[in-house]
Amino acid sequence: MIAVENIRRVYTPGGTPVVALNDVSLNIGTGEFVAVMGPSGSGKSTFMHIIGCLDRPTSGAYRLDGEDVSGFSKDKLAEVRGKKIGFVFQGFNLIPRTTAVENVELPMLYNGFEAKERRRRALEALITVGLEEKADRRPNELSGGQQQRVAIARAIVNDALIMLADEPTGNLDTKTSQEIMELFVRLNREAGKTIIVVTHEPDIASYAKRTVRFRDGNITKDERKW
Amino acid sequence: MVNLPAIVKISLRALLVNRMRSALTMLGMIIGVAAVITMMAVGTGAGDRIAAQMASMGSNLLMVFSGAATTGGSRMGAGTMPTLTMRDTEAIRKECPAVEDAAPIVNGTLQVVYGNQNWSTIVIGTTPNMLEIREWPVSEGRPFQWEDVRSATKVCLLGQTLVDNLFLGADPLGQTVRIKNVPFTVIGILKKKGQNPTGQDQDDTIYVPITTGQKRLFGAQLFDMVRIIFVKAKSFDDLDSAETQITELLRQRHHIGPRQDDDFNVRNLTQIMQSAQSAVNTVTTLLSAIASVSLLVGGIGIMNIMLVSVTERTKEIGVRMAVGAKSVDIRFQFLIEALLLSLIGGALGIVLGIAGAQVFASVVGAPVIITLSSILLAFGFSAAVGVFFGYYPAYKASQLDPIEALRYE
Repeated sequence: MIAVENIRRVYTPGGTPVVALNDVSLNIGTGEFVAVMGPSGSGKSTFMHIIGCLDRPTSGAYRLDGEDVSGFSKDKLAEVRGKKIGFVFQGFNLIPRTTAVENVELPMLYNGFEAKERRRRALEALITVGLEEKADRRPNELSGGQQQRVAIARAIVNDALIMLADEPTGNLDTKTSQEIMELFVRLNREAGKTIIVVTHEPDIASYAKRTVRFRDGNITKDERKW
Repeated sequence: MVNLPAIVKISLRALLVNRMRSALTMLGMIIGVAAVITMMAVGTGAGDRIAAQMASMGSNLLMVFSGAATTGGSRMGAGTMPTLTMRDTEAIRKECPAVEDAAPIVNGTLQVVYGNQNWSTIVIGTTPNMLEIREWPVSEGRPFQWEDVRSATKVCLLGQTLVDNLFLGADPLGQTVRIKNVPFTVIGILKKKGQNPTGQDQDDTIYVPITTGQKRLFGAQLFDMVRIIFVKAKSFDDLDSAETQITELLRQRHHIGPRQDDDFNVRNLTQIMQSAQSAVNTVTTLLSAIASVSLLVGGIGIMNIMLVSVTERTKEIGVRMAVGAKSVDIRFQFLIEALLLSLIGGALGIVLGIAGAQVFASVVGAPVIITLSSILLAFGFSAAVGVFFGYYPAYKASQLDPIEALRYE
């Protein structure tokens, strides 16, 4: 599913090169549930951006679903994101003053779906996350946990291959965090979703079956739990 | 493929969220478009009125007036002293190469009586070619002929106002009207012509053969004399040379020495009208240009608000990009938002402009004409303003880096 080979990412803000990722290789198979851990500045965010097709590696190859996307243009990457990747962010990132169901429809808007089909699939996704009753609520009328569920519905609505969650529980209390993580586990187990969660909390990482640790732009540890 | 209906919906919602801001931004466009529409309507109305009056006068016309009478040092004005003659008219017709035709006039205000009705009107004695020079056909009956002039027959042509006021719906043809107690047979009715450039009702008139007028109506003093000669030049370009030729010819015929004033007066009606028309056009263009400056200001207002909007919604742009929006999708979203602002503003401005023109018309009493082309022009202009001033903010939005945009707080 995800095959990363010797990728390197160097930023040059103001001329001085900063190595964010230094020769990273990793394979993630379909249906895996991976926690990516590491302190800030370890390169885990850069890794997530490249995996999520928001950024391109300076060198190395990234094969997603058998396709080498490391040389894709910005628009081509946008297309890949729209079809194959679902994002869940720490700050939920729902569009304000727009109802839950419309937020869930968002990825399909740029993918050529008919309005009716968009609505049908969005409601289906909301049912999956148990939020069908709040379909017409706006983000400011929902609790943090509910907003994150809407975001998860948005990430699964396109039948994306991979769900990328960046500190998905960072803004939530412990109980809600557990509920959200249980939802991820369920999606992984029942729907077979490939899930990658970035976190620095061991509690959250413990839901995953595999943990990858980053430090100074390198993978230092890659262990499977079961 | 860009999903246009969905993007229009998103843009509309964004505008509705900031109602006050959108309304104020549109106001610039509304005022600009309304000003352009009103100015063009007023200008077109004025120009059209002048053109209609020009047409009603007949084209390429010169008028030669008799000289001013002088009584004890006080001069009375053009046409008060008849100095022109029938023979002058013939000479102008035959000897001036730039002249196509010329017709003499004697005139005076007299009372016309039919049955128990009477009406004071301008009685014009002239020759048959006058109707051709003035491009004024007879709508019923027949015009009088040269034969009528030679034998001074007592026939007349009635203007429409006279028909309305004397005959009250009866058929005037073949009836007899009395002027100064002289019976005239009505042989024709002049086609309705409307006001002349000075606002006079040209249909309030009666035409008789010039000889009949000279002998029967205006007394012996005017025998063989004419007050005005209407001259039609061969073309618009011949007007100036016609004026020079007539002046030279008449000075010679009237034996006027080099230091003496003319005892006649040539007026170039067509040129006067043309210069009035071009003055109106200049003013209209100027006012529209000033009005379109406010369109430009409105456009800058749109650009300003769109730049603010893009900055405010950086995070939203990042989210949209993360879920698959391509740069063209983002560009369209903001471009359509700007376009909606300018087009809705433009549409409201058109309504306001039409209303403004009507108010102007009823307050000032001047005619206004709202042309479809001015509406299309204003609408097209506001669309162009929207695209032109909306493009840069939209482009800026579409070039954002999704990672940076998502981090924006």
